[in-house]
Amino acid sequence: MIAHAIFFYTFSVIAVVSAIMVTASKNTVHSVFFLILDFISISCLFIMIGAEFLGMIMLIVYVGAVAVLFLFVVMMLNVAQQKNQWFAGQQSSKHIPVGLIISTLIFVEVIIVIGGWKYKPEIFDINNSIAQTSISNTHSLGQILYTDYIHVFQISGMILLVAMVGAIVLTFRQRSGLKRQSYIKQISRERAEGVEVLEVQSNKGVKIDD
Amino acid sequence: MIDIGLGHYLTLGAVIFSIGVIGIFLNRKNIIVILMSIELILLAVNINLVAFSIYLGDLAGQVFTLFILTVAAAEAAIGLAIIVVYFRNSGTIRVEEIDKLKG
Repeated sequence: MIAHAIFFYTFSVIAVVSAIMVTASKNTVHSVFFLILDFISISCLFIMIGAEFLGMIMLIVYVGAVAVLFLFVVMMLNVAQQKNQWFAGQQSSKHIPVGLIISTLIFVEVIIVIGGWKYKPEIFDINNSIAQTSISNTHSLGQILYTDYIHVFQISGMILLVAMVGAIVLTFRQRSGLKRQSYIKQISRERAEGVEVLEVQSNKGVKIDD
Repeated sequence: MIDIGLGHYLTLGAVIFSIGVIGIFLNRKNIIVILMSIELILLAVNINLVAFSIYLGDLAGQVFTLFILTVAAAEAAIGLAIIVVYFRNSGTIRVEEIDKLKG
C-alpha cells in the first residue's frame, strides 16, 4: 500500500508538472517532449492500477505515433524559433483572466462531483463485473472487445481510414511543370501522331517541336 | 493520504483537464500547442474512464478508452494536416495572426 502511494504520487506529480510545462514552455519542441513525458507517466499509472493493455497501447499509439507526428510537424514548419510572448502582448492579456476563471470553475465543479462520489459509498456496490481475476487484463479486454463491441471496433477502424484519407487529401498538391511518365499515353500512341513526312526545302531546315 | 483510492485518480484527471483548458486559453504561440492541450484534455478523460473501470470492476470503461484513443489519433492527424496546409498557404500559424479561417 505504501509502495502504491509512493508510485502514484511520483507519477502524478511528474504528469501534472509536465502538463503545466506543455502549456508554459517557451519552445514548441520542448512542449512536445513534455507531452511525451506526460503520456509516459500516465501510462505507468495505468499499468500500476491494472490496466496493462491500455498502458502499453498508450505508449505505442501516443509516444510512438502521435507525439512523433507532432514533433515532425513542429520541426517541418520551423516554428521553434517563434518565441513565446504571452503575458507580454497587450491584446493577449484579456484572454488570460477568462481562461483562468473558466478552468478554475471546471476544476471546482469536477472536484465537487468527485466529493459527491467519494462520500456515497454504496456506489461501489454496483459491480457488474466482467473482469475476472484468473485471466489477464488483455485477455478479458479482448474477450469483450471482439464480441460485444465488434461493431464499434470496426467503426473505429473506419474512422482511422477516413482520417488517413483526409490527411492525404488535405496535404496533397499537384505541382505544375512536373514531367511525369504516363503509360496510357505511351501505349496508345499511334504512327499518325508520332511521325510526319515533311517536304524539306533547301537552305530552310525543319522546325521541330513548335 | 496513503490509501490511494478512486478519488485520487479522479483528482489527477481533474487537474490535468484544467491544465488543458488553461493551455487553450493562455496560448500565444502557435496552433500546435492548442492541439497538444486538446490531447491533454482527452488524456484526462482517459484517466477518469480507466480509474472508474478498475474501481467498479467493469471493463466497458477500458474499451471506451481504447476508442477515445483512436479518435484522438485521428483528430491529431487531421488537425496537423490542416495546420500544414494553412502554413503552406499563409506562412504563419501564430494564433493572433490567423484570421483567414472565418467560420
